[in-house]
Amino acid sequence: MMLPYFIIIPLLAAFLITLIGGKRDIWGIALSMIATAALLIMSLVSFLQLRGETIVYEMGNWQLPLGIALVMDSLSGFMLIIVSLVALTSVVYSIQYVRHLGQDFKYYALFMFMLTGMNGVILTGDIFNLFVFMEIALFAAFALVAYGCRAEEYEAAFKYAIMGAVSSTLILIGIGVLYSATSTLTMARIAQAIPGLPSQIVLWIGGLFLAGFGLKAAAMPFHAWLPDAHSSAPAPISSMLSGVLIKVLGIYAIIRLFFNVFDAPSAFLTIFIVIGSASILISGFLAIIQWDFKRLLAYSSISQIGYILLGMGLATPLAILGAVFHLFNHAIFKSLLFYDAGSVELALGTRDLQKLGKLGKLLPVTSGTSIIASLAISGIPPFNGFFSKLIIILAAIAAGQPVLALLAILGSILTLAAVMKIQRYGLRQDVDVAPVEKIGLGMNIAMILLAVICIVGGLLIAPGIREVALDPVVNVILEKAEYVQMVLGR
Amino acid sequence: MTVYLLCFALFLVGLYGVLAKRDLIKIILSIGIMGYAANLFLILFGYKRGATFPILTGANPGPMVDPLPQALVLTSIVIELGTTALLVALVVRLFQKYGTFDIAKIRRLRG
Amino acid sequence: MNKTGMTLIVKTVTRITVWMILLYGFYIILHGHLTPGGGFGGGVILALALLNVLLAYGRDYTGKWLNIPLLEHVESASALLFLVVGFLGIVVAGSFLANFLSKGQLFAILSAGTIPLLNIIIGFKVAMSLFLVVWVLAGIKMSKGDAV
Repeated sequence: MMLPYFIIIPLLAAFLITLIGGKRDIWGIALSMIATAALLIMSLVSFLQLRGETIVYEMGNWQLPLGIALVMDSLSGFMLIIVSLVALTSVVYSIQYVRHLGQDFKYYALFMFMLTGMNGVILTGDIFNLFVFMEIALFAAFALVAYGCRAEEYEAAFKYAIMGAVSSTLILIGIGVLYSATSTLTMARIAQAIPGLPSQIVLWIGGLFLAGFGLKAAAMPFHAWLPDAHSSAPAPISSMLSGVLIKVLGIYAIIRLFFNVFDAPSAFLTIFIVIGSASILISGFLAIIQWDFKRLLAYSSISQIGYILLGMGLATPLAILGAVFHLFNHAIFKSLLFYDAGSVELALGTRDLQKLGKLGKLLPVTSGTSIIASLAISGIPPFNGFFSKLIIILAAIAAGQPVLALLAILGSILTLAAVMKIQRYGLRQDVDVAPVEKIGLGMNIAMILLAVICIVGGLLIAPGIREVALDPVVNVILEKAEYVQMVLGR
Repeated sequence: MTVYLLCFALFLVGLYGVLAKRDLIKIILSIGIMGYAANLFLILFGYKRGATFPILTGANPGPMVDPLPQALVLTSIVIELGTTALLVALVVRLFQKYGTFDIAKIRRLRG
Repeated sequence: MNKTGMTLIVKTVTRITVWMILLYGFYIILHGHLTPGGGFGGGVILALALLNVLLAYGRDYTGKWLNIPLLEHVESASALLFLVVGFLGIVVAGSFLANFLSKGQLFAILSAGTIPLLNIIIGFKVAMSLFLVVWVLAGIKMSKGDAV
């Protein structure tokens, strides 16, 4: 029974860091490294042990209708692996990057709080508990966005915090309506009660949740805060926010609620398709016109979230497979691209693409990994991004929606254009640049590790591995009755 | 029904403040008003006319109001407290950097 | 008598009432499992007692009267204690935060298992957090724009 430890370990690390942190950051680094490494090992082990089963852990020995349960199925395990993987590389990367902002243990404590919140959102089986953990993750994220103490960062954090507060209020009202309609907060029991409700109430609640979690996921009409927040934060935090936070708080919550609890009403699937296509196209164009390295990447995040939403909206097994696989891939290569942007910023003191150049000589690791990540994100064959985008496009064709397939291809071309802009100006431009600082071993290790996963990540879809890694996740998303059965009927 | 509508009106007041006001402090207050409206909404769901408070006092206590929304609201109040403290800290820092509370003048991020 | 802070009347009243407010806060915390209130409510009352002193006497005097770094440590330590109690639940009773003490008699002060213990821990955590938030905010100098 490892379930509560996924929440206890980061929480314990966070409070230990604040207690014994002292003046320097050494305890923060040590404890957060241990915690994230332990989480990664535990998540891998527990995912492999699951084999498509569902584990239910009742907190405080309270039986399920009364108490709060932690639920771990393949989807949760899959998300936990992604979170732990990106978190571990992010901590390794932070060691040098954050020293440059000042030696402080608070960064690591906040980082661990964010991890606590995300793991809690992934594991909880209670809808209000999900809300509380989401707020924990968001608070830490607000503070971490403002960590650099520059005017732009405060501005971005304020915008993010206002958006977060508004969306949380909407979600809270949705939870209230849901509770008054079903008299329970346990998600599996809500799922049992949903078919007996008038369809208008489901639409209202779904609308509130879609607006609330859509704001967290930064899908197209709700995206305004993301480019500011993700480009202003310190680079390892940008990669956590773009790589996993928007997916855990936005996409994961949407999958859990709309597929497992609401049983995927067709009206919402259409909305997902519309939002997803809008995100792919509009932010694809917006990404191309950016000159700020991290801002470009932030817009491209919205576009990739669009792919995931598109795959979920199609809701065929193949499309869901593509969406889940793309979720994993995007976490990897977008984190890698943000690491690259951060090391460019650290080494050259700027992230304006017009002022960069000759990175191939100055920063060989950064430029090499950024080429890999760029090819992966734009869907060039041997890398992981190709397979997930291909599956989504094939699923769109198979579902009789060739227009959407064309749109996905167009979005891929737009992404290619955006990342080629990075490569063209970052590597080939003949500008004299003066390196400010050397990139240390830790940052390089983090980047190389993620680049290797980018290359071998395509293997997840290979027959033999796919049955273990991705198919159980797709089953969980599609089999609503099974979720209820697994959680309640034991 | 009237109370729910009034509660919704309170929510709209808060939303209007967030969207239309230019002063950072007023925006924070509007966020607070939205939160109060949501909390009131939750409490109203658990309310029952003529019922007692949900504490077991005797053998036959009669109808009680639903305690669960109250627990939810307590948690949500704590969360709002955190949000407000964080927003106030950010506003103080923004004032130090820009010398103004006017959101129209705090616009370094664009595009 | 130091010159900062409010007038002598306010200071004298605060000096007397702060102990009463603290006592009331502890009362609410200790009876959390019997009456409305509990760790959070009582903790807020404790924090307000300290904030009264901060308002009446000013930040410098309060900083000398209270050991602020100690309060910070109490805050982190109480959170850790909460986790320890939860962890004891795993060890003794098999589930996180499970009750491992005797439930006692209904409406007795020493009853309800681990709940009074957790209430006390939460009370300290809330009191320290709330007080320190205002303490930190009160310490920021509102100097005008240095980056425009």
